Amino acid sequence: MKEKENKEKEEKPRHPLSEVFDMYIRNFSAVCAMFVLIVIIILAIFGPSLYPTDPFEMVWMPFSPPGQEGFLLGTDYLGRDLMAGLVHGARVSILVGISAAFMSVVIGITIGALAGYYRGTIEEILMRLTEFFQVLPTLLFSMVIVALFGASLPMIVIAIGLVSWTAVARITRAEFLRIRELEFVMASRASGASDFRLIFSVILPNALPPIIVQAALMVGSAILFEAGLSFLGLSDPNIVSWGQIIGSNRQYILDASYTVTVPGLAIFVTVLAISLVGDGLNDALNPKLRRR
Amino acid sequence: MKLVFAVIQRVFYAAILLLAVIVLNFFMMHLAPGDIADSIAQTMGGADEEIMKEIRADYGLDKPFLTQLGQYIFKVAQFDLGYSYFYTQPVTTLILAKIPATLLLVITSQILALIVGVLLGVQSAKNPNGISSFVVSMLALFGYAAPVFWTGILLLIAFSLKIPIFPVAGMYDVMVEGSFFVEALDVLKHLVLPVVTLSSIFLALYSRLCRASMMEVLGSDYIRTAKAKGLSRNEIIYKHALKNALSPVITLAGLQLSAVVSGAVLVEAVYSWPGLGTLAFNSILSRDTPTILGILFFSSLVVIVGNLLTDLVLRLIDPRMRGSE
Repeated sequence: MKEKENKEKEEKPRHPLSEVFDMYIRNFSAVCAMFVLIVIIILAIFGPSLYPTDPFEMVWMPFSPPGQEGFLLGTDYLGRDLMAGLVHGARVSILVGISAAFMSVVIGITIGALAGYYRGTIEEILMRLTEFFQVLPTLLFSMVIVALFGASLPMIVIAIGLVSWTAVARITRAEFLRIRELEFVMASRASGASDFRLIFSVILPNALPPIIVQAALMVGSAILFEAGLSFLGLSDPNIVSWGQIIGSNRQYILDASYTVTVPGLAIFVTVLAISLVGDGLNDALNPKLRRR
Repeated sequence: MKLVFAVIQRVFYAAILLLAVIVLNFFMMHLAPGDIADSIAQTMGGADEEIMKEIRADYGLDKPFLTQLGQYIFKVAQFDLGYSYFYTQPVTTLILAKIPATLLLVITSQILALIVGVLLGVQSAKNPNGISSFVVSMLALFGYAAPVFWTGILLLIAFSLKIPIFPVAGMYDVMVEGSFFVEALDVLKHLVLPVVTLSSIFLALYSRLCRASMMEVLGSDYIRTAKAKGLSRNEIIYKHALKNALSPVITLAGLQLSAVVSGAVLVEAVYSWPGLGTLAFNSILSRDTPTILGILFFSSLVVIVGNLLTDLVLRLIDPRMRGSE
């Protein structure tokens, strides 16, 4: 296996990304998951124009079960079309997931990189800060933020991003601690590269693979997190998301369980796809770490 | 002696973390729009500037920022977290009444997740290509991707509505009265679904880690010695290997505590379990800021104390931890 790879390398130097792609394509479940994810994203982008029914509008009798009266997934307690809610909610759920994950990756990389690069007192302080955020019960903390500062979409993104960066910070720090001692970093340092340059264009690109995997997983966790907050009623009431549908229907599970189980299934499938893609990326980006 | 010193150090560190939580609470209270005077005025149905000023003076809100912070820390250190105007009770009394229910849920589900997770992990480490390995992988995927409240609702629909084995909500049945045993059995019946729901997230995590660490331990030299001595497979695994394979799992369980508390909030909301989560949910609906912040404080306290205990347990079962200090 290894010999074969080495031979290929000798024959023609390949772009590293094409190697990653080759590794990824071999993983059957990761490829399926990627396919599912692409369908969901297309649905999120174009769905609302293909299925323009207003998810807030009362279109039919409340609690009409799925498959009848022309409404594929039935209607909720206010007679709103559940399918419209799912299609329109996909965009918000995924958008919140991506923005919150992006925010926590930025915070996590900054803190982890500074701690791993400068060591000493800075590392001590930043790692204590990380531990502090690990101790705070994350959901309760974001509930407090959203409850005190208002349940708008940006505030929800901030509340999620603010509590979920600790894993990224720890991974980034560990990578920086390892890479900063390597020879090519010494070489750049010796040739007079500034700290900023060393951190962001010498060490960081080499530390990225595990961070990318973590970031992918975090999009999934952020979607779950948003759903949890919405389930507790902490969502923007004027914007439909999957969690918000569940939250507003949860009192009626005795009458119409599908209003809760179907959006939950959408979340489950999306997050499952994201996590399988994450696993596939992990295997493709870190072939050496691959176990079994 | 070393152990005592290490414990004192940990307790000191825990106290600092707690102080940081208090300071954070204070900042949030200040940054949030509206203050105590506003919320009192709201419950009174409006008040003029004069009265507002009086209320602010009463609560020391006109004092300099740092003085207020000092006073707040001093008050919280005595477990005085203010007064809930919604429940017309001191926040501490309110929360202390709810903590046992949450602790019962959190501790039972952690114990269940640990026991089942470790057993599953050991089984699949013994037999990496067997059915238990498959179960562990499936559980890991499900545990990560399924929203915990959704799992809860599915279980509720299955085992309370379709097949009515367990009660739908709450912690007690008002109709059940009798000896301690009868009532305990009633609580147990209510406890089953919430505990299963909450442990489903962590079961996956623990079984996966236990499998990995067990496989690593099984490859080490002292296990080969044990095999050479002619011990049976089960003796080797449960008497010799498990002890060492367990410590990463317990470390992880400690790190998960804040996630457990977060999960408990959602599970409580699904099953109307009368604990901190339900209280948090209700106080957020009624904009009861002192109670919300009080819950954040007490739940952080639970996590910090839990971490401390995990640390102690690790030191007790794993002599290597003691040497490292």
